[in-house]
Amino acid sequence: MATKGRVKGIIANLVIVEADGPVSQNEICFINLKGVDLMAEVIKVYGNNAYVQVFESTRGLRVGDEVRFEGHMLEVQLGPGLLSKNYDGLENDLNAMKGVFLNRGEYTAPLDEKKLWEFKPTAKAGDSVTAGDWLGEVEENNMPHRIMVPFSFSDKYTIKIIVGEGKYTIKDTVAVLTDSKGKEIPVTMVQKWPVKIPIKAYKEKPRPFKLLETGVRTIDTLNPVVEGGTGFIPGPFGCGKTVLQHAISKQAEADIVVVAACGERANEVVELFTEFPELEDPRTGRKLMERTIIIANTSNMPVAAREASVYTAMTISEYYRNMGLRVLMLADSTSRWAQALREMSNRLEELPGPDAFPMDLPAIISNFYSRAGYTILNNGESGSITFIGTVSPAGGNLKEPVTESTKKAARCFYALAQQRADSKRYPAIDPIDSYSKYLEYPEFAEYVSNKIEEGWIDKVNEAKNLLLRGKEVYEQINILGDDGVPIDYHVTFWKSEIIDFIILQQDAFDRIDQSTPIERQKYMLNHVLDVCKTDFEFENFNEVSMFFKRIINQYKQMNYSEFKSEKFNNFEKELNNIIAERKIA
Amino acid sequence: METKAFQKIYTKITQITKATCSLHATGIGYNELAVVHGRLAQVVKILEDEVTLQVFGGTEGIPTNAEVVFMGKPPSLKVSDDLAGRFFNAYGEPIDGGPPVEGEEREIGGPSVNPVRRKQPSELIATGIAGIDLNNTLVSGQKIPFFADPDQPFNQVMAMVALRAKTDKIILGGMGLTNDDYLFYKNVFDNAGALDRIISFVNTTEDAPVERLLVPEMALTAAEYFAVDRNQTVLVLLTDMTLYADALSIVSNRMDQIPSKDSMPGSLYSDLAKIYEKAVQFPDGGSITIIAVTTLSGGDITHAIPDNTGYITEGQLFLRKDTDIGKVIVDPFRSLSRLKQLVIGKKTREDHPQVMNTAVRLFADAANAKTKLENGFDLTDYDERSLRFAKDYSNKLLAIDVNIDINEMLDTGWQLFKKHFRVEEVGIKKELVDKYWPKD
Ligand SMILES: Nc1ncnc2c1ncn2[C@@H]1O[C@H](COP(=O)(O)OP(=O)(O)OP(=O)(O)O)[C@@H](O)[C@H]1O
Ligand SMILES: [Mg+2]
Repeated sequence: MATKGRVKGIIANLVIVEADGPVSQNEICFINLKGVDLMAEVIKVYGNNAYVQVFESTRGLRVGDEVRFEGHMLEVQLGPGLLSKNYDGLENDLNAMKGVFLNRGEYTAPLDEKKLWEFKPTAKAGDSVTAGDWLGEVEENNMPHRIMVPFSFSDKYTIKIIVGEGKYTIKDTVAVLTDSKGKEIPVTMVQKWPVKIPIKAYKEKPRPFKLLETGVRTIDTLNPVVEGGTGFIPGPFGCGKTVLQHAISKQAEADIVVVAACGERANEVVELFTEFPELEDPRTGRKLMERTIIIANTSNMPVAAREASVYTAMTISEYYRNMGLRVLMLADSTSRWAQALREMSNRLEELPGPDAFPMDLPAIISNFYSRAGYTILNNGESGSITFIGTVSPAGGNLKEPVTESTKKAARCFYALAQQRADSKRYPAIDPIDSYSKYLEYPEFAEYVSNKIEEGWIDKVNEAKNLLLRGKEVYEQINILGDDGVPIDYHVTFWKSEIIDFIILQQDAFDRIDQSTPIERQKYMLNHVLDVCKTDFEFENFNEVSMFFKRIINQYKQMNYSEFKSEKFNNFEKELNNIIAERKIA
Repeated sequence: METKAFQKIYTKITQITKATCSLHATGIGYNELAVVHGRLAQVVKILEDEVTLQVFGGTEGIPTNAEVVFMGKPPSLKVSDDLAGRFFNAYGEPIDGGPPVEGEEREIGGPSVNPVRRKQPSELIATGIAGIDLNNTLVSGQKIPFFADPDQPFNQVMAMVALRAKTDKIILGGMGLTNDDYLFYKNVFDNAGALDRIISFVNTTEDAPVERLLVPEMALTAAEYFAVDRNQTVLVLLTDMTLYADALSIVSNRMDQIPSKDSMPGSLYSDLAKIYEKAVQFPDGGSITIIAVTTLSGGDITHAIPDNTGYITEGQLFLRKDTDIGKVIVDPFRSLSRLKQLVIGKKTREDHPQVMNTAVRLFADAANAKTKLENGFDLTDYDERSLRFAKDYSNKLLAIDVNIDINEMLDTGWQLFKKHFRVEEVGIKKELVDKYWPKD
């Protein structure tokens, strides 16, 4: 018999429930408030009292109100039809909700249960299978959506029956499996999974090594992320975290993009809702929305569901990864998730850690990041989840618990600098402080040597070195004055400025400049490095800045033109003429 | 507040702090209102039969045997078209001598708009101030605060912006407003003949600080009525949100919550977001735009209040005195309107984005030159020119007394570029230079 309970105490969205039977940690329950069911999750148990966080406003709730425990944790439904959907943090279909306002207690089905899908079996009767193995597929937005043995099936099974090609709803049985004890279990196209538990229905998780193109030069060229890699973008408010993530979500070479808008602005999600159905994925020519799933728990939506939203997004990502797809998951902002944890921990009167965050914050963050990764599936295919989260450090100070914990968990660090943002050097990723650990992976070096060009990593490091040298001489010039240093210093500084203006800076709102394919990045980096290696002749330091400003201006015009178009070529010709003016032969 | 016949009266308070009191009571709803010793209060905590109330008017002088009556409903406001032109206190009671407003009673702090039911903001709000229209263009449905030190003329600028913006309603939510500032707003609106489209909810420095907590939600409930039920464009002015946040911390500290940064409650981000996220553009034409004031102490924006605000709002407007020209300007470095890209170059002339960015970049060059000068270094010719440009730019565009239309701002920008720089120094797309670089 299901456990029931009664409300005993209420402090904002923390409710104390006296239970009449067993309850488990993280179990879901519904609190009945005048006929409306409010969903909640058990976060602490003390004697007969279950402390639950309610995913809705508790206004009007009374002591004595009835509670029904569900016997399972917070779970999501996984099946065909997830793509292109807009969900809240608990996987309610936002578009299916009635009215302009979000009504408390309104829960909508995540998947269309009536829709008929064209199922094609890919396994046959007699095959032995385990969790995550592919049984068949349906076409979802022009991509094969694999129907798998449910992840919760922990035994070894034999396929007894598998249906033939035909139209089925997600609730129809498409296969019957026999477990090791001979029990027959029907399988449909939909399954459920508790979001806080990682899906591990794959063979192995090797180190990731394949470049994931994002079209953002300062990432791809300088500090690349890989398929199945992790990265994070910390930065003070207004420095460009969201713009950068949106750019990545539009341009990245991924099959599926899952965007978790976690405690941020509603208007930013509206931007995705508005643009993604219109914008095309340049690689497939299909609308971006077709490969995207948006999980929106904006800052005004219930705080407890904010924490759930990142897990919901990750679980959906894991589901698609197991189909052998390259999934990109973005979360903006993981700090809001951490703050949701903090609010709850404070209400529970737990002993606080630094900045009043819960003590186990570092563990929670690193567990979450570890769910990303490159996996080899049971059938030998590969899939990946690349995860990039933003962090919003209080006061812009990176020495705070969320940033520090994330730094330990993520492999790429894209630090946005206030100073760069102030001087409109977008994207404001600090080229000196930021890093990508993948540059150190020999398997990655080999991969880009083949994919881009021989010795690519050396060129990347050369560019980084020039940037660092530029920064050093700039400090010298500032201390000693323009004419207190040799002319060479000015030249070194301005060469680094070329890299900054032409490779690093990128206009996210220019149709052409916003996304640079790797082929073009290669061309530009080579061009710029050649100029940096060239010796020039100058009489005085004033000439230096004048000359390089002309060069930068010319390069910029190239960045704004279609690659290798006539315009582009003309600008390049003019550029080469300018270079020749002072070049020492 | 009158009591109804069936309401139970309690007379035994068990605990009193500066902002809260507790008593034994049953059948009480969370967030319900009560009257304690004639003062309005709200349920903030229930543990079995012990109920804790936050007393808006403060607890001074409340005896343990004070009368406590529960009202069975959360704070609410009666909404109708009759709200227009009226002045209310934080409880929504008229303070202008007029009769109470009749209308549908709505709970304040109601549910959020479903994000998929929002429309992307796209209507430019012109203010005539180039520091705003050119560099930090406002869009209806946006939420944006002025970050200003207390001595800066933010109330004047805000009133000016409100009156120039062509909106159907202006709703003023005043928190800890001095009586002088309250009268200033009243006068400005009156003189502009705009009183019939103004609605005010005001808590002045003479009122209890905790009462302020009701003001934003009162103002926004009225705003939602006009924007949703009447499809009107509504501009909500909230001043001063720093005093609002201070009131939040008073209450949470009284409730023994563990404070996070700067003694603010850990939930500050969510608390502020709930208010600011009421800014919205509806598909049917109605909209709520929020312009707020967050006063800083000593210009420190890393303090928890401006910091959390910056993470929530869609940009911020910084006012700063430019000592070179002796005028208050909208600081182009720290100010930002994040929705500007939805309108600039689209609803405004194509050269808008580049003129804006270039001018700010050149202004930054001038700032560098100034540092050089201060450090006793010689200036290059370029430095000298950028300094002269900066002065012109401040005077003709950034100063808050500028009042011109956007094309004129753009033309002024090009003239200043030409006056001080060569084409290749400005780094603007060639097509635009060909078209807009002033010909003699
Ligand atoms: N690559 C870019 N090109 C041009 N402008 C940019 C770029 N990146 C950021 N910006 C400008 O900076 C503004 C703020 O960027 P964004 O909203 O991404 O900041 P954020 O770091 O996400 O801030 P918050 O933490 O408050 O959410 C944008 O509205 C835009 O004007
Ligand atoms: Mg952001």
